[in-house]
Amino acid sequence: MRDNAPAEAPEHGSSPARTRRGPRRRPRGRPLDEAALAEVRALLGPVERRRDLLIEALHRLQDGVGHLAARHLKALAEEFRIPEAEVHEVASFYHHFDIVKEGETPPPPLTIRVCDGVACMMAGAERLQAALAAGVDASAIRVLAAPCIGRCAGAPAVHVGTRAVERATPEAVLAAARAGDVVEPVPAQALALEAYRADGGYRLLDECLSGARDAESLVATLSDAGLRGLGGAGFPAGRKWAIVRGFPGPRLMTVNGDEGEPGTFKDRHHLERDPHRFLEGALVAAWAVEATRLYVYLRDEYAGVRALLEREVAAIKAAGLDRHAPIELRRGAGAYICGEESAMLESIEGKRGLPRHRPPYIAERGLFGRPTLNHNVETLLWIRDIVEKGPDWFAGLGVRGHKGLRSFSVSGRVREPGVKLAPAGITCRELIDDYCGGMADGHALLGYLPGGASGGILPARMADLPLDFGMLEPHKAFVGSHAVVVLSDRDDVRKVALNLVRFFRHESCGQCTPCRSGTQKMEALLAAGRWDLHLLGDLEQVMRDASICGLGQAAPNPVASVLNYFPESAR
Amino acid sequence: MTIRFTLDGHAVEAHEGETIWDVARRAGTTIPHLCHRPEPGYRPDGNCRACMVEIEGERVLAASCIRPPADGMVVNSASERATTARRLVMELLVADQPPREAAHDAASPLWRFADEQGVTLARFPGREAAPAPDLSHPAMAVNLDACISCTLCARACREVQVNDVIGMAYRGDHHRPVFDLDDPMGVSTCVACGECVQACPTGALMPASIVDRETQVGTRGADETVDSVCPYCGVGCQISYKLRDGAIAYVEGRDGPANESRLCVKGRFGFDYVASPERLTVPLIRREGAPKGLNVDPANPFTHFREATWEEALDAAAGGLARIRDAHGGEAIAGFGSAKGSNEEAYLVQKLIRQAFGHNNVDHCTRLCHASSVAALMEGIGSGAVTAPFNDALLADVIVVIGANPTENHPVAATYFKQAVKRGAKLVVMDPRGNTLMARHATHPIRFRPGADVALLNAMMHVIVTENLVDRDYVATHTEGYERLADHLAAYTPEAMAERCGIDADTIRTVARLYATAERAIVFWGMGVSQHTHGTDNARCLISLALMTGQVGRPGTGLHPLRGQNNVQGASDAGLIPMVLPDYAKVTDPAVRARFEAAWGFPVSPRPGLTVTEIMDAIHDGAIRALYVMGENPAMSDPDVAHARDALAKLEHCVVQDIFLTETAMYADVVLPASAWPEKTGTVTNTNRQVQMGRPALAPPGEAREDFAILVDLGRRLGLPWDYAHPREVFAEMAAVMPSLANISWERLEREDVVTYPCPAPDAPGHAVVFGDAFPRAGGRALFVPAGLRAPDETPDDAFPMVLTTGRQLEHWHTGAMTRRAGILDALEPAPTASLNPRTLARLGVPAGAPIRVETRRGAITLAARADGALQEDMVFVPFAYVEAAANLLTNPAIDPDGKIPEFKYCAARVVAA
Repeated sequence: MRDNAPAEAPEHGSSPARTRRGPRRRPRGRPLDEAALAEVRALLGPVERRRDLLIEALHRLQDGVGHLAARHLKALAEEFRIPEAEVHEVASFYHHFDIVKEGETPPPPLTIRVCDGVACMMAGAERLQAALAAGVDASAIRVLAAPCIGRCAGAPAVHVGTRAVERATPEAVLAAARAGDVVEPVPAQALALEAYRADGGYRLLDECLSGARDAESLVATLSDAGLRGLGGAGFPAGRKWAIVRGFPGPRLMTVNGDEGEPGTFKDRHHLERDPHRFLEGALVAAWAVEATRLYVYLRDEYAGVRALLEREVAAIKAAGLDRHAPIELRRGAGAYICGEESAMLESIEGKRGLPRHRPPYIAERGLFGRPTLNHNVETLLWIRDIVEKGPDWFAGLGVRGHKGLRSFSVSGRVREPGVKLAPAGITCRELIDDYCGGMADGHALLGYLPGGASGGILPARMADLPLDFGMLEPHKAFVGSHAVVVLSDRDDVRKVALNLVRFFRHESCGQCTPCRSGTQKMEALLAAGRWDLHLLGDLEQVMRDASICGLGQAAPNPVASVLNYFPESAR
Repeated sequence: MTIRFTLDGHAVEAHEGETIWDVARRAGTTIPHLCHRPEPGYRPDGNCRACMVEIEGERVLAASCIRPPADGMVVNSASERATTARRLVMELLVADQPPREAAHDAASPLWRFADEQGVTLARFPGREAAPAPDLSHPAMAVNLDACISCTLCARACREVQVNDVIGMAYRGDHHRPVFDLDDPMGVSTCVACGECVQACPTGALMPASIVDRETQVGTRGADETVDSVCPYCGVGCQISYKLRDGAIAYVEGRDGPANESRLCVKGRFGFDYVASPERLTVPLIRREGAPKGLNVDPANPFTHFREATWEEALDAAAGGLARIRDAHGGEAIAGFGSAKGSNEEAYLVQKLIRQAFGHNNVDHCTRLCHASSVAALMEGIGSGAVTAPFNDALLADVIVVIGANPTENHPVAATYFKQAVKRGAKLVVMDPRGNTLMARHATHPIRFRPGADVALLNAMMHVIVTENLVDRDYVATHTEGYERLADHLAAYTPEAMAERCGIDADTIRTVARLYATAERAIVFWGMGVSQHTHGTDNARCLISLALMTGQVGRPGTGLHPLRGQNNVQGASDAGLIPMVLPDYAKVTDPAVRARFEAAWGFPVSPRPGLTVTEIMDAIHDGAIRALYVMGENPAMSDPDVAHARDALAKLEHCVVQDIFLTETAMYADVVLPASAWPEKTGTVTNTNRQVQMGRPALAPPGEAREDFAILVDLGRRLGLPWDYAHPREVFAEMAAVMPSLANISWERLEREDVVTYPCPAPDAPGHAVVFGDAFPRAGGRALFVPAGLRAPDETPDDAFPMVLTTGRQLEHWHTGAMTRRAGILDALEPAPTASLNPRTLARLGVPAGAPIRVETRRGAITLAARADGALQEDMVFVPFAYVEAAANLLTNPAIDPDGKIPEFKYCAARVVAA
């Protein structure tokens, strides 16, 4: 036997170019920590290791540990057999996940999120956040600003943990935190399955499933009623069904419950009260397009509604009502862009919420590449009533030739903000005076946002325009999700515009240059003392013309509105 | 289906799958593009918005790179609205760039397109904070202050190379590429293929060699580009040398048929060995009385050698060989050629030995790699080459990779396997040692017991036979010997084989059914199959498996032994094998000899020569006294290498022609300084049977000469009437005696860079897939050859309870002569390690990184332990590139009876803390 006497082996070269590092102890990259793998397995429990369930898995880790530790993410990647990078890009896209690398300090156990949406800003969110930050032990509680949490009627609003506190004061918030009142309860007023059925609920679905109704006539009914997509785009619902039915199956259906447009809270309002009216509409729609599965995507901010839907969907499954299209609840994770329908599909597939290019449209190639029917919550809410009461009933509820009833989310300087069921075609002034008890004391109407952050800002002199799809576009505005934020003479429209542009920057997915870079540059230009109108104009043009999706295309709207209607503020 | 639409006022047509951008470019307009890379493998993503066009009737502009045209569409790429949007997009991007004079790549597409559109001044405010540079990787500089988030790097990493390291993380203006979990590149799982660097349009990712270390300023500009082929593995990637100031500044992949512009870490970053200060630049003659041994510093050979003139050295080299020939007969001399040289060199080496010494004692490292595969293939299907290119994995429904670790050893081939899985193909990876392909990509990972190949494959075939999954028609019309095989397989039930294989019977059945019932299935194998004393049997099983299911001869099917060296296919084809002449013509066949004797004008010995390991034994026996070695390193690569080194020391006369003073050259009497691959002209043949043209980018250093010229001079001095003036003349002679090269001329290769053989006509492409109709055997039928169970030669026992297996690593080529002198490769894998399962290390009480001693009956080495869960608990893996812990001091020289290949993949060993 011979040995390799080291003296015999020559020093292998002495070239200075050769960096001498130690031998590699392990294969490349972060080693798998067996203990972390066991922890991840325990936390995931029965969650299937399916790629589309990655976000659900990340929620399990975030909820269970309070953050996403790198060692757990590595183990999760191993468990899902996907690259670490794929886990990281998804986890880092959504703002409700906290990635903590080796050696970094995990976030404190409790997070207070102070809404800085436009209505809450007007209600003093900035001061509130500063007071809270000063009032907490930073090692026990962190205070973050959050984009609109959908409680604009109760501005300023705060989430303590998941617990919503409306008309928040530092005292009330800190009291909730101290009391451990940090979990949003299931909405008490919600009509549960039995009560809903007792009132004739799910009879329509039964008729559909039993063959007593046919899909074509349902499509006709919806078309006659003039039901339009109430997520913001206003696409005729009946036509959408017909289009989706025209593409070869298998098909899928999704529900967009990612209500994130600042100023909008109507879907939450309805879901908290009458979830089954919506669920029945969804199951009927799924039946009508022969969808084999029904995905309900709900924004993460609506923890109470989520708990409610979990309970009621379980009841539906127990009652066997979703056998034709099993319902899957999916949870967002803090990303406004996932309200864009194709971004939502990406998110349901467990990916980052990047809007897709069109064509193809999702009706042809949607979720998992299949023809997909997607609806907003409110749209589906009307289906049962329209069928039961007839299309003329619904169509007749509008005014000035407009069809139907709308759920306006009204916030800002009105006496009684809230969700207002009002006729399509109503004017802002009527809405304020007839539904909201008029302007708040001491406030005079300066202008209003007809459609949340995206819909532009109209001046008081345009408060008599009918609010409906297609009516405001000539004035470079749109009604969108019918989120009306009322501004008064005591508001600084320039500050409002800056708030909205900041929001868009914060929520841009970052995919395309005009939006990713444009929102950042627009904020910088607005924050500068003097607005450079020429540069702003160029920015507006490239963002409108060249952004992939509506976020970037609409992001310059607030600025354009200020320039058009409040030119004195721009100077 | 053709789509007709209007582009900039002209009626144009789009083919299926074309975008507006494609049509515009075909029509002569290159619309600006940054995130779009028209090279093969890259999906358009439409995110940068630099290519916007106006489509009549649409509310917003469209990204031309991703938008398919529709019939009747009216597209305007030059409208005011479109050009304004494009210019503004460039302005936005430029606003966030480092100042132009500080650009990381002054020649980047970003700046080029900015210039073209007159965008120089950034009017918009810049970004708030630029990411800091990441210089943690020796090969690549990451400067994300130039990043435009175009995702090309992520597509390069995840979709083209499928190395899965880069993600696009965060959101909004924080959106940017990250490595793994946002780790520094240098500590990530990055395998440094450099595809991201090649794809990056801004200089955010650059080869570290062309940016200033301090300022990070650089450019991809080059004085000259020379197109050639990669010198490393058998994949045969086409490359471009980018030259600056007479040196290789960096290397890029070219769109060759095997690599479609992809490269691996060696092919991209492994070229500075040519400029190593250890290059041999003058001929050397051993000093009187200098002892032979591994005792020379390759950086300073003058302790044992003296400088000589070429005249002197060639006289000494040839004179020594002639003297021994005259005294002891030609058979006292043997020659080793190299699979790393060109076809022309290989041909000359075999001819030199056969012509000057009158016998066939000439071999090369094919003996150590696929000799058993070739033996089985010649026997079974009448041809030793692959039946289909590895790229056909993309056409297969089922891919079987057995005894191969392509992500390390054939990295670019592996990209096709990984892509195929992404597209839905099933991938079965069978290996006793786990690997990346098995862990991450395989749909069916089969980590079986070492040495159980025949048991596993016979059990699979048993399932296919008993479950009636045999392709009866194919067997009846294309094969012979099936009944004998079927009878033989009867005993090999999966249940009976399960324990031996370490794989349960159900899994064996599942995989057998999967393969047999696939519409198209293809098998790849490597040295894990061939380097066994039962290597030929292993390959026989794979051949039978493919034949009985008809999985050969159609696109997406076939048998593909992944060839190791860049020219092992070509060197074998050229006759650098002791039993055969060029094109595998048997020396024992009188008709063959007559044909070659007529062509060559000298008598060919009818006796097969000795193989690599037999030559070493013959030296010990005193039968061989002199050796000519061109570019081989048996002092590292032979099994039981102490035995081989002793043989080399015993030689009366040893001539070594190489670019470094290799371990073998340390035993030489005369050392002839030769040329590195980037310094010479010649053709090489890759694993896909693609003959490719290699072109020189550099002159050999000092007095070093092209190998071709050295060979011709040696031949002349040995009295041969050789008057070759250029490799093309050698190639012409080869083409005249080798039917495989029919219709492939030097001129054609110069023009087309690559031609696949067999090739039916001078102006037709070669056949990528062969044997659809018949096999090149008597009667046109393939032969089933049953294989029985045979244990490896040396199995574990109480004294040596573990199994040692050896092989390569991604960064190091063969015996490390080149790669350990390549700065980046050496930095990435600087020292020898032995890989063991972490549980084994825990049992030994050895922490990862601590020294251990690996011992076998032949020797012992001391090296650092590497913790790697891919190893089974009773296995140890040692790469053989490290002289300071040479794995081949340990390996078993027992050889396969047919292929004469040593059992590098299995011997008994013990491991102790050192």
